[in-house]
Amino acid sequence: MSHPAKASEFLEDSAKSKWHDETLWFVRDKRDTISKSIPEWEQLRELASQIKDNVLSNLDSYLVEFEKKAKANNIHIHWAKDAEEHNQIVLSILQQHRCKAIVKSKSILTEECHLNPFLEENGVEVVDTDLGERIVQFLNQPPSHIVLPAIHLKKRDISEIFHEKLQTEKGNEDPTYLTHAARVHLREKFLGAKVAITGVNFGVAETGEFVVCTNEGNADMGVHLADVHIACMGIEKIIPRRKDLGVFLRLLARSATGQPITNYNSHFRSPAQGKQIHIVLLDNGRTTQLGREKFKNSLKCIRCGACMNTCPIYRRSGGYSYGSVVPGPIGSILSPGLDLKKHSSLPFASTLCGSCTDVCPVKINIHEQLYEWRQEITKDQGTNAKSISMKIANGIFAVPFAYKVSGAIMRGALKILPDSITYSGLNTWGKQRDLPETPKETFKEWYKKNRS
Amino acid sequence: MNFNKNIGLFIPCYVDQFYPKVAIATMELLEKLGCKVTYPMAQTCCGQPMANAGYERGTVGTTKHFLETFRDFDYVVAPSGSCVLHIKEHVPAVPGMEKEQKAIQDKTFELTEFLTDVLKVENIKGSFPHKVGFHSSCHGHRGLRLGSCSERNEPFFSKGKQLLEQLEGLEWVELTRKDECCGFGGTFAVTEEALSVQMGKDRLEDHLVHGVEVLTGGDMSCIMHLEGIARRNKHPLQFKHIAEILNEAIS
Repeated sequence: MSHPAKASEFLEDSAKSKWHDETLWFVRDKRDTISKSIPEWEQLRELASQIKDNVLSNLDSYLVEFEKKAKANNIHIHWAKDAEEHNQIVLSILQQHRCKAIVKSKSILTEECHLNPFLEENGVEVVDTDLGERIVQFLNQPPSHIVLPAIHLKKRDISEIFHEKLQTEKGNEDPTYLTHAARVHLREKFLGAKVAITGVNFGVAETGEFVVCTNEGNADMGVHLADVHIACMGIEKIIPRRKDLGVFLRLLARSATGQPITNYNSHFRSPAQGKQIHIVLLDNGRTTQLGREKFKNSLKCIRCGACMNTCPIYRRSGGYSYGSVVPGPIGSILSPGLDLKKHSSLPFASTLCGSCTDVCPVKINIHEQLYEWRQEITKDQGTNAKSISMKIANGIFAVPFAYKVSGAIMRGALKILPDSITYSGLNTWGKQRDLPETPKETFKEWYKKNRS
Repeated sequence: MNFNKNIGLFIPCYVDQFYPKVAIATMELLEKLGCKVTYPMAQTCCGQPMANAGYERGTVGTTKHFLETFRDFDYVVAPSGSCVLHIKEHVPAVPGMEKEQKAIQDKTFELTEFLTDVLKVENIKGSFPHKVGFHSSCHGHRGLRLGSCSERNEPFFSKGKQLLEQLEGLEWVELTRKDECCGFGGTFAVTEEALSVQMGKDRLEDHLVHGVEVLTGGDMSCIMHLEGIARRNKHPLQFKHIAEILNEAIS
């Protein structure tokens, strides 16, 4: 289903879609307030953007440096060209350690690779330990937002899920009570897992270390109890120096949730005695995107989700309306690069209002890239009804006489046609909106009479 | 006041067809402020609807025609942030006219910025005793930066407010969501009809709860969309382009 169809479906429950809009607007508002408490906010964004530009221009050498330093720290490095290779690598590590149950903290990259179903098919129990992710996992759903995975659900929904899965009291919607139940449930999973998987927020080329940011401490809990830590990392997550972290950590949580900083920013540099750390570096289309001049800086993204919270479309259509792993504005410029046909409606799911670009902490020109993807998509689609009508329109606008005639016909038609036709399903504009009243004369006609 | 330059009036095609009163107000307003204004009759559409639909490459002819129509003016002024943004940032390069194209882009202005930045209008004598809500069109606001944007950490400014506040009796109404999109978005209004209408309803609600009598702005496309929804739902709001308010107030 295309975005418009799924969006109208989401809007049918108007109370819920209004709540969804207001909830995410609240997050955006918190982000506005806290970003304005930092006088150098705009300079920070500029700096982050320039550091990422530098990374993308020198990605090859930074990756080599990162690998060298990490290996020197006794970390195992693996390279995966696509999702399949990535999943095979993870599975082979689990098999080496005879591991049948893992815990995993939030990682959009493993969603991108569909790692969970792959491991489950291979007999491994996967437990997502981020509370929001655990909730959607119970429902067999993907996250609907990259930072707030269960934002489409209300307290009541969660109470029902927990009653069914964790035997909490029926009808008890108290967040503290429900969180406590999840904590007890997860504690048992943490204790039983020999291998813990995490994502990576930043990989530091200079030192070979990496940083994982969470609010719940679930990444640390998993990693410290397990014998093996597998960190799944996109190749674009590199930053040059440890001191660059100061720029990104100040921006990340403020942009994401309006907090000054994520509660846990954990640095992993080398394994404790008797333990192992593996990093799987994934390409999966990233080098292809890097080769696209107009779209390469989409790879600057630090996955804060601010563009989703601000997007007037996302807030009113929900994450699932996009049908892509990363939804919202950033997803709409990343996904077409992976599968243009499947995601062709996404760059059009925007008014090009530009709010996404202005909240982006690394200054990705998201709305301009949406515009550019539209140009690519219409080229790919070749000749269809819309492209023919657009060619006719260009013919009309290039010739003043043709424009005058067609305008007169258009205005004449509005006068003559009965309401039943202009307001029928044929006329989408008129379904829920009145048409403007037709004036007696155009401005051109007025000007001729009054000024020339 | 006499402004001794030739101004080419650039009127969006749908304004010519559906809102001649806005074009007339723009013309009269500029004349009252001492400008010599000409409407070149050959003008058509700037090509924005096609470009935003993904057919920018098909608008070279339209763009060339625009450049030829407006090349001889000192300034090109339009009562639309959206069409001006298109001319400045999205038109394709016309082979052989590159230098001229840049010059025309640089001298093309949206009406309110022309008034505040070029004419430097400071003392409008007139009154408009109403509670006014201002709808910042996204292309004017975040595209042309006609006002400070709520996402950014920057000092407050608004070219629309700067002009309207000069009118006696006018009460500027602060909105809860100061610069959220109304959902028009060109073809988006039709291809994503359900979302477009919901966004429009939400914008209207913000104006209504704050007691706005007259909703104004710099782009008739947003206003056409909002007015269409308001009429259908029998909301008591009035809708005027900012050029109409300024022009009425001065006379």
